[in-house]
Amino acid sequence: MKLLVKGGRVIDPASGRDAVGDVFIADGKIVQGGGTPDRTVDAKGLVVAPGLIDLAARLREPGHEHKATLESEMDAAVAGGVTSLACPPDTDPPLDEPGLVDMLRRRAKALSRARVYPVGALTVKLEGRQLTEMAELAEAGCVAFSQANVPVSDTQVLWRALQYAATFDFPVWLRAEDAWLAKDGVAHDGEVATRLGLAGIPAFAETIALAQLFELVRATGARVHVCRVSSAAGVAMLRRARHDGLPLTCDVGIHHLHLSDMDLGYFDSHCRLEPPLRSQRDREALAAALADGTIDCAVSDHTPVDEDQKLLPFAEAEPGATGLELLLPLALKWGVERKLNLAQTLARVTSAPARVLGVASGRIEPGAPGDLVVFDPQAHWRVSPGELRSQGRNTPFLGVELAGRVRTTIVAGHVVFEA
Amino acid sequence: MQRNPQLNEHGELQHLLSIEGLPREILLKILDTAESFAGVTERDIKKVPLLRGKSVFNLFFEGSTRTRTTFEIAAKRLSADVINLNVAVSSTYKGESLLDTVANLSAMQADIFVVRHGSSGAPFLVARHVKPHEHVINAGDGRHAHPTQGLLDLYTIRHYKKDFGALTVAIVGDVLHSRVARSLIHGLTTFGVPEVRVIGPQTLIPAGAAALGVRVCHSMREGLKGADVVVMLRLQNERMSGALLPSAQEFNKHYGMTAEKLALAKADAIVMHPGPMNRGVEIDSAVADGPHSVILPQVTFGIAVRMAVMSMVVGGA
Amino acid sequence: MASLPDVEQLCERLARELAARVGPTTAMIGIHTGGAWVAGRLHAALGLKEPLGLLDIAFYRDDYAKQGLAKDPKRSKIPFAVEGKDLLLVDDVLHTGRTVRAAINELFDYGRPASIALVVLAERDGRQLPICAQHAGAKIKVPAGMRLRLKRDDQGGLRLEFVHAA
Repeated sequence: MKLLVKGGRVIDPASGRDAVGDVFIADGKIVQGGGTPDRTVDAKGLVVAPGLIDLAARLREPGHEHKATLESEMDAAVAGGVTSLACPPDTDPPLDEPGLVDMLRRRAKALSRARVYPVGALTVKLEGRQLTEMAELAEAGCVAFSQANVPVSDTQVLWRALQYAATFDFPVWLRAEDAWLAKDGVAHDGEVATRLGLAGIPAFAETIALAQLFELVRATGARVHVCRVSSAAGVAMLRRARHDGLPLTCDVGIHHLHLSDMDLGYFDSHCRLEPPLRSQRDREALAAALADGTIDCAVSDHTPVDEDQKLLPFAEAEPGATGLELLLPLALKWGVERKLNLAQTLARVTSAPARVLGVASGRIEPGAPGDLVVFDPQAHWRVSPGELRSQGRNTPFLGVELAGRVRTTIVAGHVVFEA
Repeated sequence: MQRNPQLNEHGELQHLLSIEGLPREILLKILDTAESFAGVTERDIKKVPLLRGKSVFNLFFEGSTRTRTTFEIAAKRLSADVINLNVAVSSTYKGESLLDTVANLSAMQADIFVVRHGSSGAPFLVARHVKPHEHVINAGDGRHAHPTQGLLDLYTIRHYKKDFGALTVAIVGDVLHSRVARSLIHGLTTFGVPEVRVIGPQTLIPAGAAALGVRVCHSMREGLKGADVVVMLRLQNERMSGALLPSAQEFNKHYGMTAEKLALAKADAIVMHPGPMNRGVEIDSAVADGPHSVILPQVTFGIAVRMAVMSMVVGGA
Repeated sequence: MASLPDVEQLCERLARELAARVGPTTAMIGIHTGGAWVAGRLHAALGLKEPLGLLDIAFYRDDYAKQGLAKDPKRSKIPFAVEGKDLLLVDDVLHTGRTVRAAINELFDYGRPASIALVVLAERDGRQLPICAQHAGAKIKVPAGMRLRLKRDDQGGLRLEFVHAA
């Protein structure tokens, strides 16, 4: 099977290459070219880039099939140009047993859309008490270990977990949030939360947890990826820690690059996210840190929530936003605002997350997996429930016009989505 | 940002959800209308036919006999039919979602929903989903707002002090959890009160309180000095000991209103309290029953204010 | 357009007419706002013992559902017991009769008067209720599309005028 993507503006963020040309894929891998293709995708006037890699997308299986199914969310992924995604372990039950991981991978594979990389639970049931069988889980296909949005409040357990993971050189993906300070909180502890009478989560819930995490990384040598950093102070600490040579990588949620607590408006439950949307100043710091490399990559933090769970008072609404289909346009929007070129922008959702994940995709060069997205960066569309393939229509961007529309998505040389 | 959900396209009061964001003219109109209703409540027949045939549903997801009763009296004096639903204890509505409950009552031809809910913002959610002819009045949501209480506080202040222009108002106690304080602060700043202070230990003052336009004081000596109006907030039982406060006694010693501390304020200062009071905790009996106290008139004014709000949301103003 | 009668003269005439009715139980109530102005003139001229009452019928209007609350409701002030009184209810212009209906309803919420007589500065056509004035200063024909109203100037002078019906 040979596929030719013809005449597009080919952008390889890893090398910075940006030129009109053709891309050949044979036997699932990108090749130098030649031969007669079995199929040709006309990319004239469109951008051809590596398929997006999303380090946090909830597929809601097992356990939350009423919110979304693997089918609907895998459709959403490829419609959004996402060809690889890592799914956090906060399923029901959590991904703490090899059998669950194995089943998820097989179900995902059978759908033959995006590549799915399960992230295993760091502790059993994510309860923060007992370590999971990480080695077993890794064998079943877990690429990293995480607590999703559930912090480990017992520092001793966190220390042991990092020691154990370091023993096998397993990466640990953690959100930095002090469990006690975040308890009951639903919004950034600041003027907006005070005005709206919402229980706050102070920014130092993040910095205290980061300080603790950095000390544990120093002590254990664990490879830690910091998920969804949310505050300017957190960014400053990360910058220093990376400068000091700690083995850290970091991501930010795509919503946090564009929204702040001001967007809560009159209790818009679509803006109830974890971590909470913080101040304008924090948002600005996150957007700058992603540009300067302090933060490696942006993730969708895709969380489909059914409408009933959002039609509740703010604090009672289920947190999270749908994101797989908004990752590309929102990344492009960020890039435009930061005055970056397309290669620089796309790096944050392709080559950079590939590096965190330790996979060969995320680049366009011979030998790399044949995962591509062909999109029109100028095509404007209005976000509406009908436009979304994800079963979760929960997004603060409903009704907003965004630029960037996927035309074709290719995984391992197969066209898995065509607009 | 979307249009203020309390106002209709003509800028008239459609719902009363929060004092914040309401123009001064509307607040003034509520107070003036309440004054007219105060005349009605002084008559032998304390009833006008204004809302005859209208149905007011008191929808209380959080128990409060007192607030519910004042809304009930106000509605009845407007000749409306009042249906009380104590959702907090009713098995009928347990487990049903807020919007389902509202939809159900709406099918029974409601005109006004008076909503009290433990979650901040719940009345906004209800207001977004009711029919155009239905009106929502917030009777207290979480820590967010208690606009009719704020309005009756404003009414009381205007009644005794005539003018907002040169006042110093001190609000004392648990501001962090207080919807009463938030509503009153918005009202006072809208009316241009030059000095609004909040007094309490750091644990009971919310983050960024200064952004509400108040001066934060941690001592009564500093905060009460020269005050024309002192508003004492209720301290909930469950907050009297724990990580917020060591004990009710210590709170009383430093922040409880005593005759001695009241002497720090102006000689003609008035003392207010939204009730119910914890005597000996946030306020001593000597003050609560003393000459500066206007706590009982507040209750009386509250009925006229709620009559005004109900007639204005239904009639458009 | 015919010239409208002088208000002060109408008031004088009404006062003369009413003088015969005044007894120990007579009291006067003006309907806010024009009626109250006229009542002020009549009350002074008759030298009534009871102070003048003021009625704002905003809370008793029958068009509330359509029109909403009046822009600026005033407090009704009736500084005497209505019970057993012979009331002179004063308004400026009697038109549909609805204002008078609302006023009578409101009065009964204050007590049970012995009698109510309606006194108006002017009456016009257009009655929608079976209400008539016992004392009317003038009968005025109002051209189509116009409204008759009482206006007060800065010096407190009163005059009747036609304005375009809204």
